[in-house]
Amino acid sequence: MKRITGGGVARWVLALMLGCTTAAQAETIKIGVAGPLSGPQAAFGEQFWRGAEQAAKDINAQGGIQGASIELVRGDDACEPKQAVAVANRLVDFDHVAAVVGHFCSSSTIPAFEVYAEAGILSMTPASTNPMVTERGLPTVFRTCGRDDQQGVVGAEFVVKQLKAQRIAVLHDKDTYGQGLADSMKAHLTTLGLKEVLYEGLTRGEKDFNALVTKLRAVKADAVYFGGLHSEAGPLVRQMREQGLQIPLISGDGIMSETFVTSAGGPKFVAGVFMTFGADPRKIAAGKELVERFRKAGYEPEGYTLYSYATVQSIAQAMRATQSREGAKLAAWLKSNAVDTVMGSKSWNAKGDLKVSDYVMYRWTATGQYEEVQ
Amino acid sequence: MSFHIFVQQVVNGLVLGSVYGLIAVGYTMVYGIIGMINFAHGDVYMIAAYLTAIFLAALTLLGVQSPPVIILLVLLLTIAVTALYGWSVERIAYRPLRHSTRLAPLISAIGMSLILQNYVRLSQGGRTQGTPTFLDGSVRLFEQGPDQFVQITHAQILIVVMAVLGMGVLWYLMQATAMGRACRAVQQDRIMASLLGVDGDRVISLVFVLGASMAAVAGTLVTFNYGSFDFFIGFVTGIKAFTAAVLGGIGSLPGAMLGGLVLGLSESIFSGLVNTDYKDVFAFSLLVLVLIFRPSGLLGRPEVEKV
Repeated sequence: MKRITGGGVARWVLALMLGCTTAAQAETIKIGVAGPLSGPQAAFGEQFWRGAEQAAKDINAQGGIQGASIELVRGDDACEPKQAVAVANRLVDFDHVAAVVGHFCSSSTIPAFEVYAEAGILSMTPASTNPMVTERGLPTVFRTCGRDDQQGVVGAEFVVKQLKAQRIAVLHDKDTYGQGLADSMKAHLTTLGLKEVLYEGLTRGEKDFNALVTKLRAVKADAVYFGGLHSEAGPLVRQMREQGLQIPLISGDGIMSETFVTSAGGPKFVAGVFMTFGADPRKIAAGKELVERFRKAGYEPEGYTLYSYATVQSIAQAMRATQSREGAKLAAWLKSNAVDTVMGSKSWNAKGDLKVSDYVMYRWTATGQYEEVQ
Repeated sequence: MSFHIFVQQVVNGLVLGSVYGLIAVGYTMVYGIIGMINFAHGDVYMIAAYLTAIFLAALTLLGVQSPPVIILLVLLLTIAVTALYGWSVERIAYRPLRHSTRLAPLISAIGMSLILQNYVRLSQGGRTQGTPTFLDGSVRLFEQGPDQFVQITHAQILIVVMAVLGMGVLWYLMQATAMGRACRAVQQDRIMASLLGVDGDRVISLVFVLGASMAAVAGTLVTFNYGSFDFFIGFVTGIKAFTAAVLGGIGSLPGAMLGGLVLGLSESIFSGLVNTDYKDVFAFSLLVLVLIFRPSGLLGRPEVEKV
């Protein structure tokens, strides 16, 4: 039997009182921002947070959502699936968020989205590109980025038609995102009539890939496709160059961060690395003013910053239009209406994928910047 | 596998193995003397990597130009501060538990490991950090055409040389000095040694300092070679080094080095011949096999039950 102690009662009374005071104030809408706010992928978490924070600020400054202001709640998953589920449960049960922006790593997003879907909460990821995120028939999941099967197509076309590579090695980091991307590359190479010369996975968290690099030399690869993140792509490309292997490395959106240059040990190693990413959102006219403001504040809105901003905008717009916080209603509205965001007009299909994806190829330069390949 | 590729894989394995070996020394010495596994050792190595970057930046800022001077200074400074960390870890987390149950220091070690990781994460940030390339250049051996060569970077050569040198110095310290004799005496029988006037606590502190110094050498060299690190690198490398220590025979100094080399070589050769996905599976299967046939590791002496 549970005994109710005096302290316990006092706590309940206090909680009730606190509940009353918050209810008396203007309504706030809690939106969770979940991603790797710490850990090796924290650079991406920062992009998420910066974008969402700015979006919430701007929406609140314009009067919020029918008078209710947005309050963001941080959820740190460190890109670990286990932690992501715990964070998702916390956001749902403890923080009672009305919607979620996140997560980053597909391996975290996939299990976490089940938690949100079960609770009937709208969830939108600005960055998880693995097909599985939206392929499971969950009605309230969305993404504001493309899919790996689209990314792989662009990658394969580029490697075969532009680089004219014949002996392509496909590597991945054994994670849902990385392997999914590598598989999509592999599948599309097959449709182009090529078979990869090597298909192997490395271990996340390791730094020494010399044995794998030697193997690339042994199979005489003339291009390497890597599905994974910058923390492994950096050392990999560095060790390729140090072993005298000058073939191009092509990767996906997982290396879209200045941290890629750091983890490679300097700009000279990243020169000539290619990656697919959505057409630079900073160049879209709708976001021009926002990009200026970010730069004035001393922050370069690279990578997923604007995606995160656009995600918050989309959620807010749906809430405004439906006057509801219910996941099902919001989802139904988003699937039948287009939303104006800083990244232009966005609309979603029945799965929750964007109707139009715009992957293009980028090249890293010797100064540690990236530019679109024409 | 062609000749060049094979030699290259052996080189890769030697470099990796030297790093494992250097860190394994810390595990093996501590186990030898107090019979516990210092789980915080991998994180001491991680701290050495950060210290290397800090000292490297400081020296560059002070205008030191010559690479050999930088290497030497960074190495010495890193060893000094890392040794201090090793000493403090023992003082704070293990010494107060010296006479409690066997499991207590083990739990304390895991706690220490978490504390060190999060301390670095909070003070230095969670992002991957890097140092500018500093030890540039490489040598090519057996060159016979455009892709027929064995390439070794200067940093890799430095790793192997320093590992051999470090082990040599340690071996000399343990075998030929009064300090080493005290260590070996405490290792054999702590109570008897203390009856004969050897200060056990001092010897144990010394072992932690030596172990941390070797981890510092590894941390510095790895940072020179790979150029990037984060607060979590101590985990994977620590587990591998611990495996190396067990493989070589925990408690045995040459065993740690041998275990490291065997592990490094088997990883890279298996990776080259068969498959990278399963290199860890292979390495650990090897460990299981060795332990089945030689329960005390390659060079370990079977434990004698003291009655």
